[in-house]
This record gives sequence, C-alpha cells and structure tokens, in this order.
Amino acid sequence: MVIKLREISKKKPLFTGGHRLCAGCGAAVIARQVMNMVDEPVVIGNGTGCLEVTTSIYPFSSWNVSWIHSAFPNTASTIAGVESAWRALRDFGEMKDNYRFIAFAGDGGTYDIGLQALSGAIERGHRFLYVCYNNQAYMNTGYQRSGATPASSWSSTTPVGTKQKGKPGRSKDLTAITAAHKIPYVAQASPGFWNDLMLKVERALQIDGPSFINVIQPCIPGWGILPRDSMRLAKLAVDTCYWPLYEIIDGRECTINYHPKQKLPLTEFLSLQKRFKHLLKDENRALLEELQAEVDTDWEMLMMRCVGSLR
Amino acid sequence: MRVVAETANGAVAEAMRQIEPHVVAAYPITPQTEVVEEFAGYVSDGRVRTRFVPVESEHSAMSICVGASAAGARVITATSSQGLAYMWEMLYIASGNRLPIVMALVNRALSAPINIHCDHSDSMGARDSGWIQIYCRDAQEVYDTFIQALPIAEHEDVRLPVMVCYDGFIVSHSLARIEMMTDERVRDFIGSYKAVYPLLDRDHPVIYGPLVLYDYYMEFKRQQAEAMNRALEVVFEIGKRFGKISGRSYGLVSSYRMEDADIALAALSSTARTAEVIADELRDQGIRAGVISPRLFRPFPAKALLQALGGIKVLGVLDRADSIGAGMAPLAADIGAALQSAGSNIRLYNRVYGLGGRDLTLSDLKSFFLSLERAGQGKEMPAHFGYLGVRED
Repeated sequence: MVIKLREISKKKPLFTGGHRLCAGCGAAVIARQVMNMVDEPVVIGNGTGCLEVTTSIYPFSSWNVSWIHSAFPNTASTIAGVESAWRALRDFGEMKDNYRFIAFAGDGGTYDIGLQALSGAIERGHRFLYVCYNNQAYMNTGYQRSGATPASSWSSTTPVGTKQKGKPGRSKDLTAITAAHKIPYVAQASPGFWNDLMLKVERALQIDGPSFINVIQPCIPGWGILPRDSMRLAKLAVDTCYWPLYEIIDGRECTINYHPKQKLPLTEFLSLQKRFKHLLKDENRALLEELQAEVDTDWEMLMMRCVGSLR
Repeated sequence: MRVVAETANGAVAEAMRQIEPHVVAAYPITPQTEVVEEFAGYVSDGRVRTRFVPVESEHSAMSICVGASAAGARVITATSSQGLAYMWEMLYIASGNRLPIVMALVNRALSAPINIHCDHSDSMGARDSGWIQIYCRDAQEVYDTFIQALPIAEHEDVRLPVMVCYDGFIVSHSLARIEMMTDERVRDFIGSYKAVYPLLDRDHPVIYGPLVLYDYYMEFKRQQAEAMNRALEVVFEIGKRFGKISGRSYGLVSSYRMEDADIALAALSSTARTAEVIADELRDQGIRAGVISPRLFRPFPAKALLQALGGIKVLGVLDRADSIGAGMAPLAADIGAALQSAGSNIRLYNRVYGLGGRDLTLSDLKSFFLSLERAGQGKEMPAHFGYLGVRED
C-alpha cells in the first residue's frame, strides 16, 4: 500500500478546518491524517478533551461524518455501543452498510480515567480503531500531569520547585498494556511521519476487531513550544527514540517501522520545550541523564522484543 | 395469555425476551443479577437476536446504552444500588441526549455501610437526572410496566429514558402469580422502532454531545423539561392502551379505598400493598382509611395525586429513602409541594422506614395510621418528620 497524496488531496475532507484548536496543534494534524484514510461509512467517538471541545462548539462542527461525544472516561465504551448497535441492526436485517468506528481521546482519557473502559472494550473485541492523541498531560484543563507525563517533566500539578523538580516517577507504557490484551493491532505513531501514521490507520481500519494507535502529539502551550516547531518535534521524538514507531500484531508479532539513521541525543527533543527547560541546567544533570537512560533502555528492550518476536 | 409463577426478575428477563431489543448492556449486581443471567441464557440459546454486551462496569453499561441508542438501536439495561451510582454521570447524558433507553432498577440501599437489601436511596438520588421513573407495587406491575416503558420512552413527544423501579428481594426474588401476554401481543403493543436521528445514517450525519455553552445550554434543558412534562399524558395514555389488551389498566397514581377516606397513607412500591392490609383493618374498626401510591414519580403527577387525595384531612407519607439534612424525605417533599401549590390544607406527616431492607411491621404501620387518625381529630400532634421501626437510643 502506497499513500498517494495527490489522490488524498482530492477527497472531501471529513475533518474540516475552522475548528478552535491552537495554531500548530498536533491533534488537528493527527485527526486530519486519520480521517484522510477513511473510505467507508464511519462513526467517530470523541472523548472529552481538546479535540472534542474545539471541534463541536454548538451550533458548529468540524466533522462531516456522524460523531458522538458522551463523557471523559468512556470513549471506548461509547463507540463500542455504537458498534454493538451496528452489529445488531445487521443481525436484524435493518442495516446493510459496512461501517467503521474510530475513537479519539487524549492521554488523560486513555491512560488514566478511561483505561478501564478501554481495557474492557478491546478485551470484548468490538470493531473499532482507538486513536490516543497523546500530548502527555491534561492539556485541555491547563497542563496537569497524567500517567503519560514523562519523568521530571514540568506540569501545573508537578511544578518545578526547590524540593521537587517536575514529575516524580515514570510514565506508563500504555502501548505495551494494550498489546498485552492480545488484540489484532497495536501501534505507536507520530504525525511527523505522516506516511507511517496513515498506513497504520489503513491497516487498523481493515480489521474486524479492536485496534489501538498511540500517537505522540506536540502541544503548543503545554509543551511550551512555537507553533512552527510542532511537526519538527513530532519528528525529533522519533529520531531521538523517545517515541519509537512500531506495531504489534495479536500481542506477539512486533515490528519496528522506523530505525533512525542516527539516534539523536534526547536534548535535541527536550531543548525546544519549556516543560523540560530545568533539565538543561547543570544542577539537574542527573535527572536529564536518568531520562536519557530510560529512553535508551526502552529502545534496547523494544529492539529485543521485536527481534525475538514470532513472525 | 399465560399464568406463571415467576419472580419479578424472571418476569423482566421474559419481557426482555419478548421485546427482543437490539442491544442489552449490563453488569451484574445483587439483586438485579438474575435479570442479566436469564437474558444471557436467551442470547446463548439463540432465542433472541439481541446483541448482549456483558461489560466491565456499570459506567460502561450506560455508555454502551448511550452509544447504541444514539446509533439508532432499541436498548435495555438493568442495575441496582452502587451500579446506578456508578452510572451517575451517564444517566444525565442519556436523558440530555434524549435517548429512549429503558432500565430495570431493582431498588437496593446505597453504601456505606454496605447492604444488599431494599430501599429507594438509589433511584431517589437519581430523581433529578431527567429519567422518567415508574415504581411498581408487585411482580405483575413490573412485567406490565416494563412492556409499557418502551412505547413511553420512544413516544415522539417524549424521547426520554425510563427507569422501571421495583423492590429488591421483596419483589425481585419472590415468586408471584403473573399473567403474561403472548410474544405477538407484546410486539404488537411496542411496535417496531425507527430512531429519529441515528448516528448510523450515512446520508444524514449527526452530532451527539457537542459543547453547548451559555448561549444555548438553557434552551436544551428547557426543552428536556418540557418533554418530561409531556410524559404525564403519554404515560397515562399508554397505561390505558395497555389495559385494552391485557385487562389491566394503569394510571399515574394508584388508589385504594380513597373514595370516602378521611386519612390516608402514601407509599411507593410494595409498601403500598402492605398499607392496604392496615387500611382494611382500620375500616373494620370504623376508621375511614385509604392508601395512595404514585406509580409515576418523575414526572411528578401532582394533579392526579391531588385528585386521588380527594377530601382527606390527614396524610401520612412513607419514604423508603431519607434526604439527609432536608427535614423531609423525597416523596413527602414532592407531595408537600403539590399540596402547597394547590392551596390545600391537608396536613402531612412524613416517616422514613425500611432502610437497608428493615421490615416495616404491620404494628408499626398501624400505630402510625392510628396517630394520623388522632391527629385528624385534634387529639394528638405527631412530629412532622420521623422514623418508623428504628432503635431510638
């Protein structure tokens, strides 16, 4: 499968401009890249968060397809309800269309408050693609820490003070947690690698079951970055191996989709972001080294997992 | 028609089989569990085509119901107590989106302390959630009401979710004589379902759950309240229509020996039946006693209730849930407001009873009834609010 941008540019956009996301926001880019790959009837489920509030302010909408938002912790179960209705209507002979279902939620709604609903829905095997636009904190409410916030990162609830320097403890590996559900398809992606992301969406949308894509999302105010650096950071996250691009099929078959020609030092990624500003000071060198060591170890372990995985 | 010996839970599962909704999503909780288990059996045996979603929590149960109902499916669920509490935010989202979901709510006390037996603290806490609430006195009413619930919920003037409430264990688990209708008759009565604005309509995409700020939010809520008020007439009409096919007609308020009553007790659900026993006893002693039981609690049938009260002087209101700190429990507060608005001078006395499944004894009930009688004659001034059948020290 090859992504043909010329063809895609001719398609009617299912996610349109005019929304109120920040200039340069990665979530808008992700939503567009995902929706570009939709060719069948689709229903979108959107968890409470930036993407939801900025694209649905009544009486406007950025969505040219059916769309439902219900609450914060239940993006997966809400879309699973839509999917269950579709299956039932087919079984009753009241529906012929072959629908696809896509859920969008941030890391707050996915890693934390929505984890139970996500786990339940993918374990039950509903047909839907869950896209986590992961900006690594509760950005919609003003940059509070989440389970996806990296160690030592500033957030408004893990501020950098004299005693504590940003978030204590590490982020959880949600991609591995979803893969441990042994569902057909799990992947990590970045909007900086649009070709990879869109191919993954296409693969996921062909599955008659659950799939999950965890997408790193640069956040202009939350990361403290310039709008023009958004996609640059989406690439640097991958080229530093901070956010590797890989996929896991059926919880077993693991493939790294992109090996950086030269693995860049983490500071290349961190130094453009205010949330990590304190890590570049000499007094916090140890914290920076810890974070670099974590990235290195995770990358090594991922390579081992993929080398040793069943094909 | 079939006459069966069945529990209310079994009757609900059977009604669900007859209705054959598109989607059922539920999580087991005592005393509702049998409903889910029995219906799961019908699914496994292929007796219904329903998509049954055995979820990981009640929050997800109601989320599935919301998603499925918005998608255009006919949807049913069942829960109790903590399960309803866990659904809380989703109850408002179901009603706010005008989704005609039907729920069997098997009343059980709320924790803490944890308790599995009957009281109404679960559904009373949800009385402002925008769900229509109907309370059933016995298993026959549960079966009949459950079948009426879908046409009420789906009525074009209403389009709101309906909670069918019945007493945990007392009614849910007791075998009773129930007259059941044929499948054809049930299906004729409820009719087929065509959702008004389904998500699953590729030619007409729709948005459910947008962000609505101060410029439009209040109109949304006002329209929702108007739909709830329209349900008064719809519940009444459907209760009458049900009577024509079953011989059991339903109104908004059930009355017992109220025609010439001087004093009366008001109670929801199975307790109303217990109160009838005492009313008979007092009648034998020459006291003109009656019982009223609001069948519909949301929307509150104030007009029908005032009519049912007729010319009584004193009313005792029994509440199986407290409204801690309010000074009056929920049913009494609503009846009191109705009396006040109508300029009535019926005197009202409120007693909370039966929390956590505590038996309401006939003697407690009788002595309360008698104190009302003495209050009516000006011989006694009972406290306006208190508890029945509780240790006082």
